[in-house]
Amino acid sequence: MAHSEQEILAGLAEIVSEETGLPTDSVLPEKSFTDDLDIDSLSMMTIVTLAEEKFDVRIPDDEVKNLVTVGDAVSFIAGASKA
Amino acid sequence: MTHPIDVVVTGLGATTPLGGDVPATWAAALAGESGARPFEHDWAEQYGLPVTFAATIKVKPEEVMARPEMKRLDPSAQYAIIAAREAWADAGSPEIDDVRLGAVVSSGIGGIWTTLESWDTMKAKGARRVLPMTVPMLMPNSPSASVSLEFGAKAGAHALVSACASGAEAIGYGVDMIRSGRADVVIAGGTEATIHPMPIAAFAASRTLSLRNDDPQGASRPYDVNRDGFVIGEGAAVVILESAAHAAARGARVYGRVAGVGLSADGYHITSPEPSGDGQIRAMKSALADSGVTTTDVVHVNAHATSTVVGDLIEARSVRGALGDDSDHVALSATKSMTGHLLGGAGALETIFSILALHDRQAPPTINVDDPDPELVLDLVRDKPRSLPDGDIAAINNSFGFGGHNVALVVTSV
Repeated sequence: MAHSEQEILAGLAEIVSEETGLPTDSVLPEKSFTDDLDIDSLSMMTIVTLAEEKFDVRIPDDEVKNLVTVGDAVSFIAGASKA
Repeated sequence: MTHPIDVVVTGLGATTPLGGDVPATWAAALAGESGARPFEHDWAEQYGLPVTFAATIKVKPEEVMARPEMKRLDPSAQYAIIAAREAWADAGSPEIDDVRLGAVVSSGIGGIWTTLESWDTMKAKGARRVLPMTVPMLMPNSPSASVSLEFGAKAGAHALVSACASGAEAIGYGVDMIRSGRADVVIAGGTEATIHPMPIAAFAASRTLSLRNDDPQGASRPYDVNRDGFVIGEGAAVVILESAAHAAARGARVYGRVAGVGLSADGYHITSPEPSGDGQIRAMKSALADSGVTTTDVVHVNAHATSTVVGDLIEARSVRGALGDDSDHVALSATKSMTGHLLGGAGALETIFSILALHDRQAPPTINVDDPDPELVLDLVRDKPRSLPDGDIAAINNSFGFGGHNVALVVTSV
């Protein structure tokens, strides 16, 4: 099932918030996972695993390095969930 | 003193079935309370578990720990971190060069909740849903590593695994780290979180658990003639070990000294203690020799005494074997009657009890001994605490584990 980008952002914000303790409203499209949200590679892989389940998509490992910002992840998931 | 470097205890921390910290736990122990309670889940109905109760932790981690942090730690490591934070603060959060700080925190079983829940996830949803934190959470060195990370302990982080002797062995190893010059301060203790239906079924299968389902609080009854096995408990206990010189230089409060460490193995049976008590006696004697304490100074023993039919009496005879006639003036306490059996946390919690008994000059009680075993050859402290004498006094804390591991620690007053 396809999700709107807004739904994906909200869902991703929940996952990031659960993982990091940051408030959901700080998880904005322009934020960098590493530089702004202080997410290490292990946490990033946790977020990817949880996002795959939540949005029923596959995020290949070699794609993860391209997901620099929250917006990058939202766009990738939106594209993947349409396919 | 037989060692040039004296090791003292300057901080205490615990989260146990009796309380969320050391003051609450110790007060409940002196008051003779039981931490046993029925399961919150209907595991007996669901899985046919023959036992319906345990000594679960009194204060749940979610009351004192943030959710993102909890999600990165198995419950065994959560408990260890909670206990370590209390101990560190209790020691005055010492300023120390991080390469002189060690962490030795053991678990008997490891991150079994994480192991089993990850397997449940995999069976239900497939391999791709297994989370990346699974290995760092389930590994048995996770509590030690987590404590090392939290406090920046870089002298070494270790996890000695010896079943129900693990917590005492961790403290013994911490003492060695300081004596050998590797560290000035060591955060040492034990933890366990195994109140999950599978390990409980496994312990029940080995016929070691009490099945007194109609009376959970009366189930752990070491040295009572009607004892029928141990009550599984959970929680963690951590002490701050410090060289006496380091503690004195910073003006730290000192609770007591860990003066001697004795270790042995039975080499006899994977679960049963060796009947003559030879291994236990060797552990106690070597701890005494290591400490330089004479048997006349030993006024208190915190027994391993788990409330099993065979084990309790072997230990009582071993104490007599190790101390001879001086065991006549020993106040014997079996605190698992109140706490249940914290497995890898037990030896550390009982070290704290032994230290506090000397510090406060009060041996904690043994509860539920309605009808003492006539074969008990020692003076058991029953129902109420017993005053201990003034002056320089010593206690022995015994911890034994499946596999024939025997650890005895000699602690002394200051």
